[in-house]
Amino acid sequence: MSQHKLTQLKALEAESIHIIREVVAQFRNPVMLYSVGKDSSVLVHLARKAFYPAPLPFSLLHVDTGYKFKEMYKFRDDFCEEIGADLIVRSNEDAIAKGMNPKEFGVARCCGALKTKGLLDALEEGGYDAAFGGARRDEERSRAKERVFSMRDEFGQWDPKNQRPELWSLYNGRIHDGESVRVFPISNWTEMDIWSYIRDEAIPIVPLYFAKERPMIERGNMLIPYYEANKDQLLEGEKPTMVMSRFRTLGCSPCTGAVRSDATNMDEIVIEAAASRRSERETRIIDHGSNSMEDKKKEGYF
Amino acid sequence: MSEFNFELTKEIELLRLVTVGSVDDGKSTLIGRLLVDTKGAFEDQLMAVRKKKGLTHVSSAAEIDLAMLTDGLSAEREQGITIDVAYRYFATPKRKFIMADCPGHEQYTRNMVTGSSTANAAIILVDARHGVLPQTKRHTHILGLLGMPHLIVAINKMDLADYDEATFERIKADMKDYCAKQGVKDLICIPMSALTGDMVTVRGDKMDWYKGDTLLETLESMSVLDDLDQKAFRMPVQLVNRPQTADLPDYRGFMGTIASGTVKVGDALMAVPSGKTSTVKDIVTFDGKLEEAFALQSITLTLNDEIDVSRGDMLIHDGEAIETKKMLTANMCWIGDEALENRNKYIIKHASSELKVMVDHIDYKTDIHTLNHESSDRLEMNDIGQVTFKLQQPLIFDTYADNRTTGSFIVIDSFTNNTVGAGMIV
Repeated sequence: MSQHKLTQLKALEAESIHIIREVVAQFRNPVMLYSVGKDSSVLVHLARKAFYPAPLPFSLLHVDTGYKFKEMYKFRDDFCEEIGADLIVRSNEDAIAKGMNPKEFGVARCCGALKTKGLLDALEEGGYDAAFGGARRDEERSRAKERVFSMRDEFGQWDPKNQRPELWSLYNGRIHDGESVRVFPISNWTEMDIWSYIRDEAIPIVPLYFAKERPMIERGNMLIPYYEANKDQLLEGEKPTMVMSRFRTLGCSPCTGAVRSDATNMDEIVIEAAASRRSERETRIIDHGSNSMEDKKKEGYF
Repeated sequence: MSEFNFELTKEIELLRLVTVGSVDDGKSTLIGRLLVDTKGAFEDQLMAVRKKKGLTHVSSAAEIDLAMLTDGLSAEREQGITIDVAYRYFATPKRKFIMADCPGHEQYTRNMVTGSSTANAAIILVDARHGVLPQTKRHTHILGLLGMPHLIVAINKMDLADYDEATFERIKADMKDYCAKQGVKDLICIPMSALTGDMVTVRGDKMDWYKGDTLLETLESMSVLDDLDQKAFRMPVQLVNRPQTADLPDYRGFMGTIASGTVKVGDALMAVPSGKTSTVKDIVTFDGKLEEAFALQSITLTLNDEIDVSRGDMLIHDGEAIETKKMLTANMCWIGDEALENRNKYIIKHASSELKVMVDHIDYKTDIHTLNHESSDRLEMNDIGQVTFKLQQPLIFDTYADNRTTGSFIVIDSFTNNTVGAGMIV
């Protein structure tokens, strides 16, 4: 019988570090997608652990839609400076110049232009052959079937029916010219694991994850954050009210809802996550079209 | 909520599971039962797949269409079949579980091998009314080849077999008999009804004659590491860390995940295949230096002498007798579209090394129905057999029975780059 014990978070951590190191060993020019959210915070923390005491051997890439919360931009810049990370920010400038927004053009078109096209262009420009992402299999049912090393063709597209089997901890990263790989080192983490790990490791996260009184539009079950640039979100008869609330996931401000919460510190967030009976993706508008995540992933979305 | 125990969350271990079974044996119901009873599925996800649209609350596995929850791809929902292995997550206050759910029909060998390769325990379903079927034997045979440390036979649908003890005992005896021949190390049989929940997460009141643990109790208490930390030290070197920064001009760290055994500061190590030796200076981690590290930890080692070590090498304890070999024989599960044939050339990936190999000969192919060995000049997709390869360069390896990490490899087609075979060294 074994005399040693690896706790489950340490086992997940070791697996993620193994995957991150494997990518650096197998690929010429990897990059780490950095979305500023909690999963990205964990991913970057794991990468720092993987290469300690050396600095990160790859850049962080933020594909900016211009619609992130202002607290996210401040956090991003402070955090990257503090850990000495090389941050690259790219946007689909054309679409932004043309005034792309979810209200007029629809969520699918807006995401397609600002996120998917922004990402594919940035990956092509950088000539990256591997891109790390912080997606988790417990988030959404098409993600439950994605590999850790997920092959993309020359157009950055995913073919869910033709995925390489992944056996043991042997990751096959062999690709042809022009192809690339999306790598998901935290595939096996759940939302609960992420919060527990952030708490245990004191990983910095955007303050929006902590509850406070915030101006919100209450619409049905949704809490839509209200702020100056978002005024036209108000429908007939609606008015913003102050609600004790926080965000379980962070995306673009027009498309991310908040939840009612009194959790103002990490202990309370972990307790709340343990008791929660609703999935975090419920507050993300992008997931609720018919079949939307799988379609978007096929086109190149993370 | 105030009684949430943070110390407890630091105690729990991770158990990787695989569930195998054929259509109609109640696998979906069992998975649904485990997810619902341990709150491993969220309410909004369950509500989306409830059977009756009028339901405002989902409280039991019987009320949901579990296939809809697990079939994540549009092609699966359109065709009503499960194509791919799906991973599910659930936790109890004692343990976290990752469950690979393998489809039971099409390409089951490929999916079973994939889902089982990382699992510590397998749950195989048997319908109490039908007993041990040829399919059950095939699955058990594959799990035996894969060296599954723990095999749990869920003798399901006991509610349709009058909760009869004699039925359970008969199936248990059949499985014991069969498993003895298949190299299965640890066999546990549990009578249950996934539909009613008896002996899955609760004991119920119908099977008082059964004195063993429920399925969940069994999963919560079984060994996770087994004796992996008691075996010989193996650390395949993934990368060499040479920051060459102002503060670390001469630092050379050897990075890897310990496949088995333990390593301590001061231990004499040998790099194979070069045979160069040195002693451990530091075990480096982001969280500080360690005195000792053990199996499954991802670490960095620094050595007291400058010896040449690179990716593909393996660090072992000095003095251990181990030889490099130029031939390798393995049990193969073939998963490629194009058949394996004599004299075909491939790339194999073993631990952190990649090398060219050629098929020297096929020892035999296993008839998946009779499990008899027969001679063959090819292995088609989903075939199982024993194959001997000639290696382009000498390799250090263990048998799969000794070490699942250093005894396994994947075969890659160098033209398509696809993974086409799974090998377990004998």
